Amino acid sequence: MNLSFFDQFSSPSLLGIPLILIAMMFPALLLPSPGNRWINNRLSTLQLWFINLITKQLMIPLDKKGHKWALILTSLMMFLLLTNLLGLLPYTFTPTTQLSMNLALAFPLWLATLLTGLRNQPSVSLGHLLPEGTPTLLIPALILIETTSLLIRPLALGVRLTANLTAGHLLIQLISTATTTLMTTMPVVSLLTLAVLLLLTILEVAVAMIQAYVFVLLLSLYLQENI
Amino acid sequence: LPAAVLLKDTKLMDVKLGQLGSWLATRDFTPGGIMGAMRRGYERYYNKYINVRKGGLGGISMVLAAYVVLSYMWSYSHVKHDRRRKYH
Repeated sequence: MNLSFFDQFSSPSLLGIPLILIAMMFPALLLPSPGNRWINNRLSTLQLWFINLITKQLMIPLDKKGHKWALILTSLMMFLLLTNLLGLLPYTFTPTTQLSMNLALAFPLWLATLLTGLRNQPSVSLGHLLPEGTPTLLIPALILIETTSLLIRPLALGVRLTANLTAGHLLIQLISTATTTLMTTMPVVSLLTLAVLLLLTILEVAVAMIQAYVFVLLLSLYLQENI
Repeated sequence: LPAAVLLKDTKLMDVKLGQLGSWLATRDFTPGGIMGAMRRGYERYYNKYINVRKGGLGGISMVLAAYVVLSYMWSYSHVKHDRRRKYH
């Protein structure tokens, strides 16, 4: 029994070094830079294929000026994907469960898209605040609503990622605690709970990948509006 | 009887137990030396298990297993409260 189910989200530290530091730097070890051979090893080939795939997907809707963002969006995607998936291993720490980190990722990038739009094409960027074809009476209200929705975007990006991962980890912990506790008293119910746990783990793997994708996709969407 | 090879150049597995202290004294513990040692260790692992024509799942699985063990060691003092016991 844990002292509290939220203990898993505080970063343990040994010798003064918090585990979150290792958790953030470890994904880099899993991405070796491909050598200068014609055919690389399987890991590098898979990795290159995957990175090409996501970069193409992200860059197709953007014009040439948006291609400057290719490196940061792709590396953000790889980082989020790997940290989310590695967090599903036992005893590991997921840095993206910390709201501070997700807001630190979301806020500057969103602000960068906003400032790019306001600097290069201010009237077009501001024009996004009013959808076409709205009745004249609704215009003031709609501008206020659209401004609020614009300003809440970084918060939504950060909180979405945090909430999804935190909820997933918490559910896994709760259901596994239920499974182990029930094993002595009602084994059949425990088996059913084990089946639920299996399905939940598959869901968590999917959520880990989807959330990374959604984060980067939304950022690229904000970029498309503003570039 | 002097060693056939200089103590500095013998590999760790060939060093006799009594010579261990003097062997350690010949190693390079400067930051540059430590980075070099880490780079050499990484290259050894990479070239043996990953940078091969038909690399398998074992190459990265060993890395992930080491990561799990490291995380366990790092959070042991935090995790030891989670044992099943009547009173915490």
